[in-house]
Amino acid sequence: MQPAPNVRLRVPEQVKSGEAFEVRAMIMHPMETGYRFDSQGTAVPVHIIQTFTCRFEGQVVFEARFGTGVSANPYLSFFAKVDRPGELEFTWVDQDGDSYVHKAPVNVA
Amino acid sequence: MRRFAVATAAITVAVAAAALAAPRSGSSYLAPDLKALQADDFRNPGLLWVEQGRKLWSTPPSAAAKACAGCHDEAAMRGVAARYPAYDKGARRVVNLEQRINLCRTGRQHAPALAYESRDLVALTAFVSRQSLGMPVAVRVDGPAAASFARGRAAYHQRIGQLDLSCADCHQRSEGRRLHGETISQGQINGFPTYRQLWEGAASTHRMFAWCNAAVRAEPRPAGSQDYVDLELYVRWRGQGLPVETPAVRK
Repeated sequence: MQPAPNVRLRVPEQVKSGEAFEVRAMIMHPMETGYRFDSQGTAVPVHIIQTFTCRFEGQVVFEARFGTGVSANPYLSFFAKVDRPGELEFTWVDQDGDSYVHKAPVNVA
Repeated sequence: MRRFAVATAAITVAVAAAALAAPRSGSSYLAPDLKALQADDFRNPGLLWVEQGRKLWSTPPSAAAKACAGCHDEAAMRGVAARYPAYDKGARRVVNLEQRINLCRTGRQHAPALAYESRDLVALTAFVSRQSLGMPVAVRVDGPAAASFARGRAAYHQRIGQLDLSCADCHQRSEGRRLHGETISQGQINGFPTYRQLWEGAASTHRMFAWCNAAVRAEPRPAGSQDYVDLELYVRWRGQGLPVETPAVRK
């Protein structure tokens, strides 16, 4: 397993109940397709994130499937709505099923 | 006749620009989308390295050693990157920021030096440079740094490689002209370490130098070599007064 990659998350400090707010997430990841060869002619092993899921208290808010066309350090921005305070859980899963999980609290004003 | 006059005027302007050439940051040549990406304090992918650097800054390299943050206040780092490369009394030569960080690691933290261009060294350099965001580049090229500066200047004007080009041929004399659908910039380095989309990562000045050398089909110098530090000092001096923009974003 690779060392845990660096993740950047941005969720507003205070959100209003039932009102959409923007969530931004970025992960430091090479998104290696497995189709490339290095200067010695050896195949570069695949290392790619396949799915991204954002859950609020267990409920899926946003889901994405990544392919080889997605560039390194993928960045996502999407909108979410909540009606109570809780926690957003972000999960990135790579080709071996290794997952990187990060959490961010949501405070409802 | 009129066309001739316009052409003459254009040449006059071009000559004047070459002679004066006020420092112009590389970001001013960018397309609006890339400029916006660099300016965004979340979306700029170079900030992943800055964040990584922040973690390393507060993590001791070994149980016996202090972290960088154990001695240095983060706020005290403001303005440091704007002064580098600078003459170091202990090393008795001009060192750049990467080497200064490594001197601290080996000398004070008793930790092995980080490999040049390794993710950790680029990250730490990006973190320290980020603290000087917006401050004018102000390197000293007099006194003990003068010899290094002179070597850097000579290297800048030395024609090299199969294409027989010097740095100045493109970035001074041909600045503003077009090449492969791009505008030739002044080659300023006020945004380093820079996130380059081509490399899908943040990179040091020396990696860019090596890339540029290879582009004119010359043999690149090793990253971290004194040749490149001298050149870095000279190129930094060319951009004296430009704001630090770390981490800049380039194609």
